[in-house]
Amino acid sequence: MAGRAVGPLPGTAGVSGLLGDTATFVGDNAGLLLQRIGEHVQLSVVALVIAMLVALPTALVLGHTGRGGFLAINAANIGRALPSLALIAIALPFLGLNDRSTIFALVLLGIPPILTNTYVAVREVDRDVIEAARGMGMNAGEILRGVELPLAAPVMMSGIRTAAVQIVATATLAAVIAGGGLGRFIVDGFATGNNASVVTGAVAVALLTILTELGLGAVERAVTPRGSIRTDARAARGARRAVPGGAKGGAQ
Amino acid sequence: MEQGDPFFDWGWATRHLDEVATKILAHLVLTGLAVGIGLLISLALALLIMRYRWLDAPVTWVTGILYTIPSLALFALLVPFWGFSLRTAEVGLVSYTLLILTRNIVAGLRGVPADVREAAIGMGYSPTQLLVRVDLPLALPVIVAGVRIATVTTIGLVTVTAIIGRENLGQFILEGINQLFSTKIVLGAVLSIALAVAADVLLLGVQWLVAPWVRSRGRPA
Repeated sequence: MAGRAVGPLPGTAGVSGLLGDTATFVGDNAGLLLQRIGEHVQLSVVALVIAMLVALPTALVLGHTGRGGFLAINAANIGRALPSLALIAIALPFLGLNDRSTIFALVLLGIPPILTNTYVAVREVDRDVIEAARGMGMNAGEILRGVELPLAAPVMMSGIRTAAVQIVATATLAAVIAGGGLGRFIVDGFATGNNASVVTGAVAVALLTILTELGLGAVERAVTPRGSIRTDARAARGARRAVPGGAKGGAQ
Repeated sequence: MEQGDPFFDWGWATRHLDEVATKILAHLVLTGLAVGIGLLISLALALLIMRYRWLDAPVTWVTGILYTIPSLALFALLVPFWGFSLRTAEVGLVSYTLLILTRNIVAGLRGVPADVREAAIGMGYSPTQLLVRVDLPLALPVIVAGVRIATVTTIGLVTVTAIIGRENLGQFILEGINQLFSTKIVLGAVLSIALAVAADVLLLGVQWLVAPWVRSRGRPA
């Protein structure tokens, strides 16, 4: 900001001093740290669930019918062009200085990767398998539930993971509009020149994001049907092309 | 956001055109520096990966972790050492370009047909000539596709560096939040999105120009 001070001074005691200060800070504020983690997870889960409720049915129907492909495939590209800080800010005048503005922005960021990956996943299910299912007398609903969904699950899960990582990472910015979550430690630390608080928030949120990535990666592997590992690997690569860099998420 | 305030005050915006222009320029400079430096580092990393295959996994792993760490957290980790400086902002921004750029440069270089390279070697090209005249030109479309993604991502991330005091469009957003003045919020948000979209379209044009042979296929990254 125009008249803003230069910010916290570099630590005089160097890295070891900073680590010591941070350890003391964590010890003194253990309860608050747990509370902020709880707030952060709650914001993220609410946003992810809403994003899934919007994106999954839409993409499943579009993918099953093969309609709206251009929109679904480009959703991820459009999503990347939306700066997260701008999204939170733009919701402010309508929703106010509260968690609703943050959740609105997080949902908007979460929808594109889920939409694109789910659409691609359903489209890439082998047409022959669907023909065979139809030949066995399955109707559209049965094909969607019994054939398309299980085969599409790994790539869908990959999209959900990307969205989740993005959401957890961006929830840090809730603090900018006076919200809770781990970003508070960073923003408050900046304001008071408390480097220990800044580092606590930064390390905690980085760990939470990496845990989300690894945890949902494990779920993704768990839902990959054993017999079709090679097909799914190919489909997953296709989805990663559709969401460039999306396999990793992050970088809000 | 105060009662009676207009949602967007055109008068205020037109009276502050100079400030708007300065912030747009600063935003572009921060973005250009980050993508430029990121491209140089990624090119070096990609060439190393091409030479020593085993580096592929560790480089992807490290750049992947950097990419996953939330931007505000990465900036925050650097602030205790370098303060609210340009260096803090740029080191963070560059870190985010590395995964996308390295991955795309490697993909581009690996996509160069082996027989084309053999023909060039047979014609007596030195390793440097091979790289500059054959490998890089043929890899260019995929590299530009990576630059496009990295640029659009960086334009969005630059707004976050306003929190660590760097001048750019993100400052309008923060000032608007602090002063509860929606005109500034809208100005900062809309202009940064517009900048990202403009850069995307511009680099799509570049992609089209440098790859006449894939135009008909229109293949994305």
